[in-house]
Amino acid sequence: MFVLVAGGGKVGSNLARTLLRGHEVAIIEVRRDRWEALEEEFEHRAILGDATELFVLERAGIARPPDLVVAVTGDDEDNMVICQMARDHYGAAKVIARVNDPRNQVHFDLLGISATVSATQSIMAMIEHEVPEHELIHLLELRKENLEIVEVQISKDSPSAGKRVSSLKLPVGSRLIAVMRNGQHEIPDPETKLEPGDQVLAILEPGKEDELRRVLLKK
Amino acid sequence: MKAIVVGCGRVGSKVAKKLAKAGWDVTAIDEAEEALGRLGEDWPGGFIVGHGMDVKVLRDAGIEEADAVVVATNGDNTNIVVGQVAQKRFGIECTVVRLLDPARAELYSTLGLRVVCPTSSAIDVLTEAVKSCSVRPQATTRAG
Repeated sequence: MFVLVAGGGKVGSNLARTLLRGHEVAIIEVRRDRWEALEEEFEHRAILGDATELFVLERAGIARPPDLVVAVTGDDEDNMVICQMARDHYGAAKVIARVNDPRNQVHFDLLGISATVSATQSIMAMIEHEVPEHELIHLLELRKENLEIVEVQISKDSPSAGKRVSSLKLPVGSRLIAVMRNGQHEIPDPETKLEPGDQVLAILEPGKEDELRRVLLKK
Repeated sequence: MKAIVVGCGRVGSKVAKKLAKAGWDVTAIDEAEEALGRLGEDWPGGFIVGHGMDVKVLRDAGIEEADAVVVATNGDNTNIVVGQVAQKRFGIECTVVRLLDPARAELYSTLGLRVVCPTSSAIDVLTEAVKSCSVRPQATTRAG
């Protein structure tokens, strides 16, 4: 497939390199020093220019249109505009955007750019995952499927500590999928008893977090 | 009637002042506090320091009660996004966006955004100015 990558920084260049094994790639970079390095590696596939300028996009082949456009510049507004123009004007089959500042996620959602990747968000979740004391962490969001996976840590004050899964009034649209205890994990069944220190993974529909928090954690 | 002006530079500040003079209740938003100076000492409206992409800043400026929004920061892509936030999220029908790039201006007009492109206007005016001069281009003939 033909993939157009907008933004040739660390993310864009590594992505292009990976995609080149088996796909046709064009990569746009606005900074001349970066582009020179890209051109050495990707030759004519590296295009110099601002990827939000139509003539630059067209030089990179946007009008064909690409099967996939990936906007991974360091600027969220640019990524939104690139994806919107690629999809709504040129008819690119699929667009994926990088979200630099998680606070801008709402704008991507508003514009219907649903496939988004946020390194900041992922890094935050991973760090929180390693922090011993935590409340409720978003590990994975399946936006299209309207599901998310969260992690909670049961403490000795949690109302769910010492209770069996069957006796918890879990909100409709949520389910416990794993209990981690002493480095071992267990797929919980109704008889599983939660204990202080347990890390519990739950799958749920977005919006059910508060209810789940109340059942498992409220002090 | 309430208007919000996002971006208080040369253009935004003048638009804000003209609207205020015409009786609008205007709040201007700019990232730089110094931009308030462009509105003059007797500025009757509001002024909020912040970025137009920040929904809280838009709310603080009163976007929920606004009748019109003018977006004129110095970044075309910022204007495109903020304009759509005003239009689609806050439902402000009278949202006007300033874009400097004629190509994006034309594209986003077709996507339903109300765009003003001063560059296109300048191109038209300059071309017309030359055409209205008494000099005429000579018909070029190619030597066969």
